[in-house]
Amino acid sequence: MTVAARSGHIEARDLTVRFRRRDAAATTALSGFHLDVRPGEIVSVIGPNGCGKSTMLRVLAGLIAPSVGMALLDGQPIHGPDARVGLVFQEPRLLPWRTVARNIAYPVELAGLPEAERETRVKELLHRVGLADAADLRPGQLSGGMRQRAALARTLALQPEVLLLDEPFSALDAMTRERFNVELLKLWERLGTTIILVTHSIAEAIFLGDRVVVLSSRPGHVVADIRVEVPRPRTLDRLDEAAVSATAREIRAHLEANEP
Amino acid sequence: MRRSTLGAGLVGLAVFVTAWKVIVIVSGFPAYILPPPEAVGASLVQAWLDGTIEPHAAATLVEIGLGFSVGAGLAVVVGYALGRSALIARLISPYIVAAQATPILALAPVLALWFGPGLLGKVVISALIVFFPVAVSTMVGIRSVDAGLLELGRSLRASRRQVLLTLEIPAALPSIFGGLRIGVTIAVVGAIVGEWAGAQYGLGVLVNLARGSLFDTSLMFATLATIAAIGVALYLIVVLVERRLVRWR
Ligand SMILES: Nc1ncnc2c1ncn2[C@@H]1O[C@H](COP(=O)(O)OP(=O)(O)OP(=O)(O)O)[C@@H](O)[C@H]1O
Ligand SMILES: [Mg+2]
Repeated sequence: MTVAARSGHIEARDLTVRFRRRDAAATTALSGFHLDVRPGEIVSVIGPNGCGKSTMLRVLAGLIAPSVGMALLDGQPIHGPDARVGLVFQEPRLLPWRTVARNIAYPVELAGLPEAERETRVKELLHRVGLADAADLRPGQLSGGMRQRAALARTLALQPEVLLLDEPFSALDAMTRERFNVELLKLWERLGTTIILVTHSIAEAIFLGDRVVVLSSRPGHVVADIRVEVPRPRTLDRLDEAAVSATAREIRAHLEANEP
Repeated sequence: MRRSTLGAGLVGLAVFVTAWKVIVIVSGFPAYILPPPEAVGASLVQAWLDGTIEPHAAATLVEIGLGFSVGAGLAVVVGYALGRSALIARLISPYIVAAQATPILALAPVLALWFGPGLLGKVVISALIVFFPVAVSTMVGIRSVDAGLLELGRSLRASRRQVLLTLEIPAALPSIFGGLRIGVTIAVVGAIVGEWAGAQYGLGVLVNLARGSLFDTSLMFATLATIAAIGVALYLIVVLVERRLVRWR
């Protein structure tokens, strides 16, 4: 886990995002948002509905330009989507006319990878997310949790250096969710990917994150940046430790202080 | 086709023919107004066997085939442009709507004048009438592409071409086929109308011949039945192609 001079350093400097609409007043989704994520770090982001978490990820993914401030990847301004950054959207966004396997293959197909390479990656990913039996089903035939897993596998297919996850496990049952948290950590231990994880689960935020960043209500900005003092490798039984509950209390206090 | 579909079709046909026969008996219409079904059936078989219908049916089929292909082909391209660009839609949709609102019967003589009494005129008329529903359904289909999927494509840095082939076309296909189903049936109407504006061969010509100089009402009905059968057959072909291409629905 100590690979020197890795890439995947994400910075958000003073981001403000305003949405202008003709029919309504402008919405300010983010305001003065700062974040610095070291290469290989996992940062959990937690905050109330509508505070701008998804918007923040879309800026980091190069999908929207901030009104003020800038986002950087390895010191370079982010001007558009980058293959090194993989985003798992809040909704699975699977192509309804493709099977699960072909959905997972979609990014590598667009990138023009050779057929054989595609096949092996897709097979591997199907197994990793537990969808090997569902490979030939279409999204309409899947449960919500299966769709989310397919969407995660699709993003992993490009082997990004930075993984932006927007509530990726929100539709999974409690047991599967814990299993996926563990799986994600294993993957991370292997690849050293930088991960920014948006979640509404305090337990998940703590279990996965090196830090937990708490956002204010809209317009979102960072109100607390809490280091999680639970040593790695982390296992599920660690969730009962005193450090965890202390951190959880702290996060909850910040969230409550922020309620409108 | 499922066997049950076929069965239902046969039952429907039997009901239709029986009702027809009952009306003939009850109303007492003379045969030159409403011929009984068996007379039309006999005439249909006869006309196919002695080669009365065949050259006319062949001519009409060619007109329909070309008219539908040209009309639908152009319509998909224009419909795509209409769906993608609000500016193009504002510029040209008034003309498309106006062309559609003008009765094709009134337009046919003009088109026949411009394009001559040969095949070309019929193809143009048929293509024109096919154009509208296919263009509109393509436009609607392209506009209905989920914005989330387009954003996904952008995040994966898909090229324009890739967006077209992997997102827009598959998403618009069900809607486009809705237009093609309508288009293929009215392509038949277009071809017949075109023939009425002047032609030597065609089922439209034969209808007029049977009614006028031949005064053979049974043959007229037999020709109408052939036209209807062509429409149904073409429609079924479109449905079958749709089933192959749009399996996910
Ligand atoms: N494309 C857009 N146009 C206009 N307003 C938008 C757009 N996208 C987001 N917003 C607004 O920005 C605000 C933040 O939205 P965002 O989706 O980032 O919230 P979120 O923190 O992800 O919420 P949730 O926890 O519910 O997912 C909301 O008020 C939303 O209405
Ligand atoms: Mg969100």
